[in-house]
Amino acid sequence: MSTLLEVSGVSVTFDGFRAINNLSIQIAEPELRAVIGPNGAGKTTFMDIVTGKTKPDEGRIVFGDRGDSILGMSESQIAQAGIGRKFQKPTVFEAQTVRENIAMALKNPRGPFDVLLSRKADNSETRIREISDEIGLTDALDFQSGALSHGQKQWLEIGMLLAQDPRLLLVDEPAAGMTPAEREHTTELLKRAAKTRAVVVVEHDMEFVRRLNCKVTVLHEGSVLAEGSLDHVTQNQDVIDVYLGR
Amino acid sequence: MKKTFIARNPSALWFLAALAIFTILVTVLSESVGAGIISTSFLKTLGKTLCLCLVAIAMDVVWGYCGILSLGHFAFFGIGGYAIGMWLMYARTEGIVVTSLQSNPLPSTPQEITDAIGTQIFGVVGSSEFPALWAFSQSLPLQLLAVVLVPGLLALVFGWLAFRSRVTGVYLSILTQAMTLALSLYFFQNDTGLRGNNGLSGLQNIPGLEDRSQATVSLWFFWASAAALAMGYILFAYVVSGKFGSVIRAIRDNEARVRFLGYHVEHYKLFVFTITAMVAGIAGALYYPQAGIINPAEIAPIASIYLAVWVAIGGRGRLYGAVIGATVVSLLSSWFTGGSAPNINLGFYEIRWTDWWLVLLGVSFVLVTLFLPKGIGGLFDALVRKPDVDRQGDYGPDKGAWRDEEGAPE
Repeated sequence: MSTLLEVSGVSVTFDGFRAINNLSIQIAEPELRAVIGPNGAGKTTFMDIVTGKTKPDEGRIVFGDRGDSILGMSESQIAQAGIGRKFQKPTVFEAQTVRENIAMALKNPRGPFDVLLSRKADNSETRIREISDEIGLTDALDFQSGALSHGQKQWLEIGMLLAQDPRLLLVDEPAAGMTPAEREHTTELLKRAAKTRAVVVVEHDMEFVRRLNCKVTVLHEGSVLAEGSLDHVTQNQDVIDVYLGR
Repeated sequence: MKKTFIARNPSALWFLAALAIFTILVTVLSESVGAGIISTSFLKTLGKTLCLCLVAIAMDVVWGYCGILSLGHFAFFGIGGYAIGMWLMYARTEGIVVTSLQSNPLPSTPQEITDAIGTQIFGVVGSSEFPALWAFSQSLPLQLLAVVLVPGLLALVFGWLAFRSRVTGVYLSILTQAMTLALSLYFFQNDTGLRGNNGLSGLQNIPGLEDRSQATVSLWFFWASAAALAMGYILFAYVVSGKFGSVIRAIRDNEARVRFLGYHVEHYKLFVFTITAMVAGIAGALYYPQAGIINPAEIAPIASIYLAVWVAIGGRGRLYGAVIGATVVSLLSSWFTGGSAPNINLGFYEIRWTDWWLVLLGVSFVLVTLFLPKGIGGLFDALVRKPDVDRQGDYGPDKGAWRDEEGAPE
């Protein structure tokens, strides 16, 4: 187990509001990590920073074996380096079919000329099948993804994340809008993914986090309040105060 | 998905068939080889319309598929026209000058010939020197290269600067308008060396084809325009189908999300912007020899706005839509503004279409936007495409999806 992502001393201010305050987190590879915290704790901002959407005011973020800083990289470079993200609200390309969505996410050369010229040169169809079987959308491959239900869009987005084959998966509220059976499947899937790579799950639902059975980081007001097993952090007096009110 | 190109683009086959039939029909009815029902001037109008269709599909790719509302693509069209026009003017003037100097008692030196050509071409702007821009004007291959490369380079540099700074939406549109306005003002100046507001003229006389009638030359240009349109259609149908098309439509719909998938959005936009600019240049190079004259007013900002209007009326995001829009609007435009449309006498006021055409165009633009948001081309959807969501029976493959027994979801 080696450190894959290291966030140290990162701060972000939006119009005077400190969304992230001297945050330090380390994620190993492979690892499954749950990040919890009340609204406004900075969970989504943390993801925005790691994926390059938001630039931090100060601090250091390094990723990968060589310890490259990702601060100077664009969103697409970070994604190519191996950080994939699933958004809280499912953002699939609704005007395109499920197959096209997955094909776009598949790990293949990303340059315009590569995409334009290498049409059938790969085994994409097999990989699309594998992924669609995994997410239960094989029958829906030729559907417009806008026609899918909310839960199915969640699945599709998870499938796109798997297709990207990233080293670090950032998953924002994967279980929102899913039935209990689907939640179970999601849990399994994330656990399985975490055997070979790093998975960071942001979640509100304590029951879901308990099922993940992994190390938990509690964020509060932009920094780490507590870290450890779920039982450990739920017994932490600070965490109780934050969640239940002072 | 091992499908052939045609299977993936059924509309391409229909389009090419229609274009071929149209070309044959026009040829049969033309003055030079056929029945002579279509006059040479109308043949030129048809040929020019084909060129406008070509630039319209380029516009459709950049706007309808990639979501970049460029209001400057007509500038690339004009540059293509200027590039070919420079050679046409030079070569033709050279022919005339050489013939007239032959009557001199002493044979003239190359310098005298060049000076005489310069005086002929630049006399209207009070100059006789060849400006630096005309350095390659005596060479047809180099000017043909310029038809493609100059618009391409301009688009590359402009696009690189704009997309890198992540200028999008209406700001980018304004920027492209500024580009075409700046270019048109630059061309207007006499000092630029492109004959200022006189522009380049006499382009319908092709050097080396003096003994051919205009009827024949026009037909050749019509064929060339049809061939260029067919090739452009195939090129763009190839570009917008398959995964590349998928990526650029995704950029149109949600640029940020495409970035998180690891695609360099800027590179894709730059690719699309540049290739469409190059095709626009080719379209312009075929258009202006048929028009006979090009001047800086052709690349004024309004021209690029018209281009967007054609594509919007025809239907964005489908190549044949752009063709329909360009054909319908430009042919109607020449009918109404050419004085052929009968004026309507209301007793107290006479509607002259030469004045009222723009109003009519504006009204139809508003009507199409309101009642046919997919444009005229959208009407074909009912025939060809399945509805976007074909919800029959259960509403999804999943057990949790809305079942048919539950009735229509509210």
